[in-house]
Amino acid sequence: MEATVFIEDSLRKILASVSDPEIPVLSIMDMGVVREAKLENGIAKIKITPTYSGCPAMDVIGDDIKSALKNEGFDSKIELVLSPAWTTDWITEKGRKDLEAYGIAAPLDADSDKAALLGNKRVVKCTNCGSQNTKMVSQFGSTACKALFQCEDCLEPFDYFKCLK
Amino acid sequence: MKENLIKYILGIADNSLILGQRLSELCGHGPSLETDIALTNISLDLLGQTRSYFQYAAKLKGENTTEDDLAFLRKERQYLNALLVEQPNGDFAHTIVRQFLFDGFHLLFLEQLRTCADTQLAAIAEKSIKEVKYHFRFSSEWVKRLGDGTEESHEKMQVAINDLWIFTNELFLMTDAETAMHREGIGVDLESLRADYQEQISEIVEEATLQIPETKYWQKGGKQGIHSEQMGYILADMQYMQRAYPNMQW
Repeated sequence: MEATVFIEDSLRKILASVSDPEIPVLSIMDMGVVREAKLENGIAKIKITPTYSGCPAMDVIGDDIKSALKNEGFDSKIELVLSPAWTTDWITEKGRKDLEAYGIAAPLDADSDKAALLGNKRVVKCTNCGSQNTKMVSQFGSTACKALFQCEDCLEPFDYFKCLK
Repeated sequence: MKENLIKYILGIADNSLILGQRLSELCGHGPSLETDIALTNISLDLLGQTRSYFQYAAKLKGENTTEDDLAFLRKERQYLNALLVEQPNGDFAHTIVRQFLFDGFHLLFLEQLRTCADTQLAAIAEKSIKEVKYHFRFSSEWVKRLGDGTEESHEKMQVAINDLWIFTNELFLMTDAETAMHREGIGVDLESLRADYQEQISEIVEEATLQIPETKYWQKGGKQGIHSEQMGYILADMQYMQRAYPNMQW
């Protein structure tokens, strides 16, 4: 399913400086939403894909990419692509670490995720104390991509980034 | 062909648009914070999917049509959503049962649409399936919890199923545009989804200790543009700003 993503070297750093407006610690490159970045006749052509269809961050991300590239002297064209559909597997290792450090539990594999969201198993680790003694409070959290959890040891409420495959 | 394809896309989009609009009415009014957030997140997913469909339909239509024109500037009879999705939120039982009856259909529908000959529709379907799986899981869980809950919650759920079941048959009736698109290898064969739908819904309803009512009379018309009296109120709410301030933008 994963096709190799072509990113022009001269654009990589600029794109990595753009972050998700809702999760500011997470670069859009680490989130896996940039699907292609190439230069054609001096114009940067960027393909991005939404995490969720209704993700209100997409328009902002598009604008942020445009202005980041403009600052470095590139005109750009942003295209929204839907296929192949984004999956949480595209979040990089660094992205997962950044999420955890920010207090959002990174997505588990599909089976553990289902068990956690149906309340069958306690597998999501608290981002505050590391305990697995956590329970789901709500399948939908502050945004569509997250569920709300609470740690029963340290009582900290935290977001869990749901697995999307 | 193009005319039918546009009509076909609008039919799919309008189901998501109107249900999304209905759910958005609950923003800040849900029965608890968690369900409020869940329902408005589902609304957001549906409206996001709607945008993808509308953007595609607008492109096919040409003449500078925009997604906003399609969402806000059609007349009631030009909306092609099924009657089920325009039914009022009612109590939480009605909101959940309406959602459950639609989600079950939506998921089966998208699974077939994903394999259709139109690559853009297939891509939107592939994207949407991932979201709708969560919706169906959410609504199914609530059907079970409330159906198999207290005497009062059980009774309220049964009333909601009795009220809404008559709208489900329409989901499987093919319009002319749907039949034409099915012949082109694009449209979903709705009749073929019926058996799976019955089975999946019955299974959960049974687990919830509820019953699917016997029905002789089925409601239909929305997909032909003939809506229930609910639709006017929805559109009045939804279209007010665009009508009062033409071409306004956020």
